[in-house]
Amino acid sequence: MKVAVLKGGDSLERQVSLRSGARVEDALDRLGHEVVAVDVGPDLVDRLGAERPDVAFVALHGRGGEDGTVQELLELLGIPYTASGPSACMRCMDKVVAKHALRDAGVPTPDFYAFSQAAFEELGAARALPAIEERLDFPIVVKPAGQGSALGIKFAATADDVPGAIVAAFSYDTKVLLERHVAGRDLAVSVLEGPDGPEALPIVEAVPQDESFYDFESRYEIGRTRFICPADLPDAVAERARELALESYRVLGCYGFARVDLMLDSASGELTVLEANVIPGLTDTSLLPLAAEAAGIGFGALIARVLELAVARAPA
Amino acid sequence: MTIDETPRGPAPGGETTSMPPSRSGARDIERYAGLFARRTQVMKSSAMRDLMAVTARPEVISLAGGLPDTSTFPAEDFSALMARVGADDAARALQYGPTEGLDEVKGPIMEVMAAEGMEVEPDDLLVTTGGQQVIDLVCKTLIDPGDVVIAEAPTYPGAAPVFVSYQADVVQIEMDEAGMRIDVLEQELERLDREGRAPKFIYTVPSFQNPAGVTLSLERRRRLVEIAHRRELLVLEDNPYGMLRYEGEPLPTLYTLDGAEFVIYLGTFSKILSPGLRLGWCAAPRPVLDKLNLGKGAADLCSSPLSQLFVRRYFDERDWLAYVGKLTGVYRRRRDIMLEALAEHFPREATWTRPQGGLFIWAKLPDFIDTTDLLARALRDHVAFVPGRAAYLDGRGGTEMRLNFSGVSDDAIREGVRRIGEVIREQLALYGRLTGAEPAASRASEPAREAPASPAPAAEAPGSQVLPLRRKAG
Repeated sequence: MKVAVLKGGDSLERQVSLRSGARVEDALDRLGHEVVAVDVGPDLVDRLGAERPDVAFVALHGRGGEDGTVQELLELLGIPYTASGPSACMRCMDKVVAKHALRDAGVPTPDFYAFSQAAFEELGAARALPAIEERLDFPIVVKPAGQGSALGIKFAATADDVPGAIVAAFSYDTKVLLERHVAGRDLAVSVLEGPDGPEALPIVEAVPQDESFYDFESRYEIGRTRFICPADLPDAVAERARELALESYRVLGCYGFARVDLMLDSASGELTVLEANVIPGLTDTSLLPLAAEAAGIGFGALIARVLELAVARAPA
Repeated sequence: MTIDETPRGPAPGGETTSMPPSRSGARDIERYAGLFARRTQVMKSSAMRDLMAVTARPEVISLAGGLPDTSTFPAEDFSALMARVGADDAARALQYGPTEGLDEVKGPIMEVMAAEGMEVEPDDLLVTTGGQQVIDLVCKTLIDPGDVVIAEAPTYPGAAPVFVSYQADVVQIEMDEAGMRIDVLEQELERLDREGRAPKFIYTVPSFQNPAGVTLSLERRRRLVEIAHRRELLVLEDNPYGMLRYEGEPLPTLYTLDGAEFVIYLGTFSKILSPGLRLGWCAAPRPVLDKLNLGKGAADLCSSPLSQLFVRRYFDERDWLAYVGKLTGVYRRRRDIMLEALAEHFPREATWTRPQGGLFIWAKLPDFIDTTDLLARALRDHVAFVPGRAAYLDGRGGTEMRLNFSGVSDDAIREGVRRIGEVIREQLALYGRLTGAEPAASRASEPAREAPASPAPAAEAPGSQVLPLRRKAG
């Protein structure tokens, strides 16, 4: 098959996307496919029109590629593509929408409040901050609604830190999320669609090496965070985490694969879902390939399966 | 035909496709992680790297670079001189050269140093692959893991990864408008004394510092050299911009004041001719130079003889000082444009330096603005700068930024600064609303100020380091 690998783009996760894309191209090539590498830009529609690929492998992360924009275009052009469709992309890219959907469906997610920039500009939302601070307790995690990496995530230890953290989060999006901080273990459950529907892969736990609690940036850096797969968890907890991941995958309408991030509260033992990524990283340091490998699915097989699913979904 | 291994996964379409043992299998993460040296674990975060990668996109006005404007160099001169090197010296240009450098290029180096008042012998010099290599070689020669290096705060962002990779413990000394605060340096040295730790060397860019744009005063130069002598401590004087002075009188280099005893001098052709040549040099006390030479041999045997022979031709047949004069004219104009644009578009809460030379202006914003996040916002408007954290190894610099004016066209400077000013004002206004303070007024809406480049007194934030540059201590 002729496969266009869509990568790069101008999102802040461009570099990760280029690495994911390169690794996918390599795997597709080994699988015997004809690979067309496309660094996504203003000429995307023209290039796809000229190349006429049989299927597009979307290896984009962040804005543009993971938020449904590219998926809508591919629908329009009639090109089958990998992973989730536009609506799931939109739900997952916006953490606020995703958390509302999860909460409505009874999937536990840390308490949160969300604001648009307009709420502060036009509705005086700043007045509501003290009430939020009271309900969530400190520290509060402040996040941009639509940023996939650790950028813009800040911990507000006191009320004085909140305005600055909100300003920082608005650097990335017009909507921000104030979330109750869960102190505990950081788990990632990858979901991959198999012959019998979605399956949860072995759980990856990210263990920061330096014990700086708030160092989100080191989270996915080789050597600064240790990844344990399968995570050392009591059977019941692991089972519950997998169930929650599958439930989140279903509620959010994902397809092909996704990675669901959870927290295991050290104090209460409670599991909560933070977010789902419809196009998780596929680099050699990414968690979904690590989990797949632990399940005995090599990277080539993983890519082959995701590609088959794309073709299977395509309208005849 | 090779014998395939058993396929590792299901092959699509019924084809038998073998997957050789995956080169980058996910389990390898842990395996590689165990192989990496400890020094690699302290390198810059991936988030910042990813952010900086976006700044390179063509639609972005990047004030983040540190590039000289090579478009000002006459292309016909370049090709004519290269052709002559090829015709007369092909065999040598294509051959290895001596580690310490070809004699031919030492003449031009001595000429450049003489232009800044320094006198050296050819044997005092080591030709290097850019000035950057000198920083690396000095660390390689002097630093054991945990050794203390003193640097400015902020320091050259390109030096930070070198210090980190040799596992130096970097102590950064704050600056004001007259450069490194020598009084603070002395306090820190005394503190280190009490801890029983002696720094190996002091790294400084005394003239038109990268990134802060400030210049170490004559009095402080003397005191710094005096401290080096008293304590028998080496100083690495990094001087890429000394010839790029736009106003004021040249100051003697530390190397001159020191009499070549404790100062390792770093020079480069990058800013006065071309960074693409990758040619720099150092002048150092002989015992130190010998060690640096050994280190260089191990690193790359020699610097490009082709580049060295080109430089020789260039100095023989062209007027290098005239070209530096031309560059100086262009950069001075761009600096003035940037200073004007800052005065017009940056809010009154911001402060910035007014460099007398070099390539950079350093700006400081109110302490609730994080310039790393601000960069993400600015990139949406296709403009970039270097966030201050890149210039610190201790997490400071979160509200600061470096702006480059040398490698950007006049119009791009104006437009770039205007866009940055706009996103800063947006964040100030939002912060004002969040805290219930008055929405921040922008300077643009006020009458133009008389002295636009001097920092506003209101901007003195608690805990500020480089800026505002009002103190005259030292």
